[in-house]
Amino acid sequence: MRSSKKSKIGFGIFVTVTVLIMIFPFVWQTVTSLKSPGEIFRVPPSIFPDELYIQNYKDVFTAGVPFHWYLRNSVIVAGLTTLICLIVGSFASYVLARFKFRGQALFLGLLLAVAMFPQVAIISPLFLFFRDIGLLNTYPGLILPYTTFALPLTIWILTSFFRELPVDLEDAALIDGCSPFQSFYRIIVPLAAPGMVTTAILVFIFAWNEFLFALIFNTANHMRTVTVGITMFPGLHEVPWGTIFAASTIITLPLVLMVLLLQKRIVQGLTAGSVKG
Amino acid sequence: MKSRSYLPYYFIAPAAIIIFGIALYPILHTFYISLHQINLKFPDLGMSFIWFENYIRLFRDVRAMGALLNTVFFTVSTVALELVFGMIIALLMDRALRFRGILRATVLIPWAMPTVVAAMLWRWMYNDQSGIINAMLVATGITSEYMQFLAEPVLAWTAVIVTEVWKTTPFMALLLLAGLQVIPREVYEASAIDGASKVRTFFTITLPLIRPVLLVALLFRTLDAFRVFDVIFVMTGGGPGNATESLSLYTYKTMFGALDFGYGSALSILTFACVVIISVFYIKFIGTKTR
Repeated sequence: MRSSKKSKIGFGIFVTVTVLIMIFPFVWQTVTSLKSPGEIFRVPPSIFPDELYIQNYKDVFTAGVPFHWYLRNSVIVAGLTTLICLIVGSFASYVLARFKFRGQALFLGLLLAVAMFPQVAIISPLFLFFRDIGLLNTYPGLILPYTTFALPLTIWILTSFFRELPVDLEDAALIDGCSPFQSFYRIIVPLAAPGMVTTAILVFIFAWNEFLFALIFNTANHMRTVTVGITMFPGLHEVPWGTIFAASTIITLPLVLMVLLLQKRIVQGLTAGSVKG
Repeated sequence: MKSRSYLPYYFIAPAAIIIFGIALYPILHTFYISLHQINLKFPDLGMSFIWFENYIRLFRDVRAMGALLNTVFFTVSTVALELVFGMIIALLMDRALRFRGILRATVLIPWAMPTVVAAMLWRWMYNDQSGIINAMLVATGITSEYMQFLAEPVLAWTAVIVTEVWKTTPFMALLLLAGLQVIPREVYEASAIDGASKVRTFFTITLPLIRPVLLVALLFRTLDAFRVFDVIFVMTGGGPGNATESLSLYTYKTMFGALDFGYGSALSILTFACVVIISVFYIKFIGTKTR
């Protein structure tokens, strides 16, 4: 093989550079979150903090912004969105995977349409409607739109998982006298648990990261979510970058850990959901 | 399994109702609102029907047309860059058996980060005084002095596009990798035996084989880029001036800054119409190849 050593080195460099570019901003966020206010504005910036300045992390919860409320709201909204998506989505996915019925193409088209939908196209009627029925600054006011926009992905992933399960088991259950509904939740759902976990992670990340609806619908301070919350840290003279990045690290770290632990699964779900589209 | 009476319909009903109620019906309602004058600043005036006046205003509104052009520019440039870098990373992952795990884990980090957090972070890295990017550029001699990245249109665009590409290339790369992994190795071996160069193999074999996946990835990325909001909202707020204002951002400002819901809805419908056109274009394109 000609110049195989050379090309191997070139390849190694390429991989290293890619990894560095992808990972550096997250590292820099963490480094900045551990610098004192004085050090943050140093020119040129120091690569390692002089001392680990933990105060930023304390400030997140005490510096005038109720960040623990934001965290609680995000956990509740993203958690419930995930739960509802799994329940509603698994029913729909089950029939899509197992039955042929009239209107199936229409339903699939509906899902595709929502997956492509620009959220901004529906904010005016939803805002007026939620205002009139009192859903602004509530959890359902966010859970409803989040569920809507996460359903297509949920259903695509779950359908592809359900299709891989053997039909025999359900047939046996039906012969034993189970109703289709019983065979669904007694047999299919437990077997599809890995698929459920994959879907749950993706939906949770989507809901946790959402910004536009959260910004518009939940404007009361005690109902804000973390993504809107981190844009709200007040500064006396300068933007309080140290506190912001401490908060950013707090809300990103769980996602990063999830991703590192379950990367294979996430990629599987991501591609199953989209390649099906 | 045979269809048993109405069972499938009971099972899809909840999903169908939610989607219909929260996405499909509202879009019709947006159109209805867009035919009215309605400003929440003056609630006493209520809603008055004004036909297509909001749309006439829209096409005469320099700022709206600017936002449309900005959005198209943003979409085309980010998706093109994501395609190139996504393909490179996908090919790396496909070849790098030993490093695949590491690469996959690292590209998932930007993907998993909330866009708002990523935008905040890059805004800080672009800072004109203590930003690491300015420090690096000066240290390597690429620029001679610190630049005000977010205060000058061309630089602000560059900054926003780099951030978006960094954040979303992983998605593209992972989808393309899924497409690449389906290609049997023998195809490459055969091509190598025939003496085809690597570049030629890529264009004549790899690319046609992953075309379906490629088009789906492009479709999703294009539509996602077209509704861009978070990155621009956080990094530039649409500035300097309105240089980086996207359609979504202008719509948001019209509705929740000026409280002009009628005109804001017309802007929403413009975004929606563009998305429909883009989808039809792609789906036709995807359709032609399968035949």
